[in-house]
Amino acid sequence: MKLWMIAVGLAVGSMGAHAQDANLARNLAATCANCHGTNGNARGDMKPLAGLSADKIIALVADYKSGAQPATIMHQIAKGYTDEQIKLVAGYFAAQQPKK
Amino acid sequence: MNTKSKSFESTRRRLLTAGAAWGGLALAGCASAPSGPSLGRVVIVGGGFGGSTAARYLRMWGGNIDVTLVERNLQFVSCPISNLVVGGFKQMADITRGYEGLAAMGVKVVQGDVTAIDAAAKKVRLASGAELSYDRLIVSPGIDFMNEQVGGLAAAFDSGRLVHGWKAGPQTVALRKQLTDMADGGVYAISIPKVPYRCPPGPYERACMVAAYLKEAKPRSKVLVLDANPEVQSKKALFERAFAQHYKGILEYRPNAELKEVSGNVAKLEFEDVKADVLNVVPPQRAADLARTAGLVNINNRWAGVNWLTMESTARPGIHVLGDATFPAPLMPKSGHMANQHAKVAAAAVIQLLKGEAVNATPVVMNTCYSFVTAKDVIHVASVHQYDAADKTFKTVAGSGGVSAAANQIEGRYALSWADNIWTDMLG
Repeated sequence: MKLWMIAVGLAVGSMGAHAQDANLARNLAATCANCHGTNGNARGDMKPLAGLSADKIIALVADYKSGAQPATIMHQIAKGYTDEQIKLVAGYFAAQQPKK
Repeated sequence: MNTKSKSFESTRRRLLTAGAAWGGLALAGCASAPSGPSLGRVVIVGGGFGGSTAARYLRMWGGNIDVTLVERNLQFVSCPISNLVVGGFKQMADITRGYEGLAAMGVKVVQGDVTAIDAAAKKVRLASGAELSYDRLIVSPGIDFMNEQVGGLAAAFDSGRLVHGWKAGPQTVALRKQLTDMADGGVYAISIPKVPYRCPPGPYERACMVAAYLKEAKPRSKVLVLDANPEVQSKKALFERAFAQHYKGILEYRPNAELKEVSGNVAKLEFEDVKADVLNVVPPQRAADLARTAGLVNINNRWAGVNWLTMESTARPGIHVLGDATFPAPLMPKSGHMANQHAKVAAAAVIQLLKGEAVNATPVVMNTCYSFVTAKDVIHVASVHQYDAADKTFKTVAGSGGVSAAANQIEGRYALSWADNIWTDMLG
């Protein structure tokens, strides 16, 4: 009962925080598409993001930011986005269907 | 033409307020059309990195939205990667893509030249005489050249013997041919204009690609880089390392070497004349002619000012401007990648505006640019730009962005994948 109420409260709370622009996650994720493909369906040597779990994307980006994960370029790009923006981007890509 | 556009201008001003009042009626008419509720008509002029991306994302994000793309060429030819064609490491087919993907998504692709834009009547006129009506217009016209700033330049281009290669297509092919025709022991000289110009690292990448070709095929030849700027304008340390490491004795870099006049195959600088077998002049640049015709050029008589939340022109309401033609935010490069990012801000905003909703108050754009220093080794520069509400512009994020630690072959693969991904992102 209590857990149920907390879950609803969290959901409503997070919706309220982003109510000003429902498309924010989509718009932010679109800044990644030049390299990672439209809606995260990457081609060639780039990492596909469509359908990856949000937690995995968030952890990867955190490791790029901290330097724990070595990179050619992503450590520099990751630092340009806030943690809140990365969460939105990760949630958007997690919800995308990977194209076969 | 001049007097005509002046009277156009005053009529347009008077009609602007009336236009706002009639806007609601026009939309209501659209909404009741038998084809179902349409958000409205968007015309896009220019099918490069900006315009094509805008067309695709409007269709993808906008639902029932009537999107027409007007482009003068039958196919898209990419400037990024075109320096590899100049060097002989890629073919034209590798940098050419069609517009079928956009057509398949429901974009009406019209081949044609836009000759006039009537902002008051919300109409675009084509050279064919056809007219297109719009609710919102997006122009991504690119750059044109200020040939008048260099003596003899316009005539030399007209004659066909001098090429710039700064708009990919026949010019790329012509430059490649001049290099293959050049005898061993010849001199290739590239003249770089003062900033700002399209693709800041582009001229230095081209010098590397030509040097890489000559080093193998015609090793007694020379590459002369005549830069009007006081130093290399992008990825400076990395390019200087490449010049020294790979092209010592072949490539010579000269700063503060502004081109004053072209006479035959002689480049006249302030204090000396430089003779070249292949003279490649990248001219000073401004927003393309169409931006002028449409009255969009309002900064330094050269670039189009925009509202960064919507990419809407600060000179002409209802017209959005993308890409190299815009007066940039601080540290924002004129690049195909950035034009693609502009287009996504504009596409999102145009949809919200047609719906009568608030636009995204916190847009982000970012840039990645890969440059080849050999046929396989690549260097990058990257930046992330967040909107600053107080100053109403994009600003780079402190501590973010940067350049490659060193040229490397992994990024050589990434560069080609970047091209494949961005071309697909814009054209489908």
